[in-house]
Amino acid sequence: MSCTVTVQQSLPPTEPQPCKSQRLPGVDGFWAFIGFDCVIFAVLFFSFLQARHGDPALFEASRRTLDSNLAGLNTIILLTSSWMVALAVQAVKRDELDRVPRFVFGGVSAGLLFVLFKSVEYGHELAAGITPATNAFSMWYFTLTGIHVAHLLVGTSLLAYVGTKSRQRAYHSRHRAVLESVATFWHLVDVLWIVLFPLLYLQR
Amino acid sequence: MPLMRERLTVVWIVLITATVVSTWVFSRATFRPPVAVVGTFLIAALKVRFVMLDFMELRHAPVPVRVAFESWIALVTLLILGFWFATPSLH
Repeated sequence: MSCTVTVQQSLPPTEPQPCKSQRLPGVDGFWAFIGFDCVIFAVLFFSFLQARHGDPALFEASRRTLDSNLAGLNTIILLTSSWMVALAVQAVKRDELDRVPRFVFGGVSAGLLFVLFKSVEYGHELAAGITPATNAFSMWYFTLTGIHVAHLLVGTSLLAYVGTKSRQRAYHSRHRAVLESVATFWHLVDVLWIVLFPLLYLQR
Repeated sequence: MPLMRERLTVVWIVLITATVVSTWVFSRATFRPPVAVVGTFLIAALKVRFVMLDFMELRHAPVPVRVAFESWIALVTLLILGFWFATPSLH
């Protein structure tokens, strides 16, 4: 089908682009990284499940020591952050440029709140004597959540950067690839937590 | 457009509701473990799909890309549930 539109991303407006039904947000190559990260996490999930299969009693006893209420609250916070970032992308597409930094910094605030609550949770666990060296479950728990927090800190920093740039009106409907790529990464952070949360806290 | 009338907001409300159900409803002892675990991970798969299709905008992506990411959801869900049913029961 030869469907084309002329207003997309940062390319000249005269250059034909795929129609809406065939478009990837942001920079195409960035999606290869997103896909690669998904594969890496699938391998980590598989390794965790193998370890759990080998000693389910230990994993269940250790899981019960975790605070699923705080983690559930953090899930809601991260979903809300993703929603605000998605709204920022929608606002830039519509050239509602005043709204973009508000939504992006809303997303940043929620991301920082997640980190704060996760730090409180880590603090409680360490105070109870639970460390990565305690047993196989705690090693996996601190490894998986630690890698996720690292992703989250990178994502928050990138969001703060595009939020600052959006205050300077650096993005608009024809120039938004960077904002979209950062938003995509942020949603990936959300996706990974949506799987990690039940895997570690709710799988009884 | 008012925020409450955006599709993104409707999706967000669905995601929050699904999180409340999987975190604070299925965790109750009244649900047998297989029901709770299958329900929890099917909800997680649904949530990931909503985030990918609506927030990441894969709904309008080239078909091979959308298929690849949706396959990832199916693979991870089957992997988790497959291992759960293959692991000796503790209950």
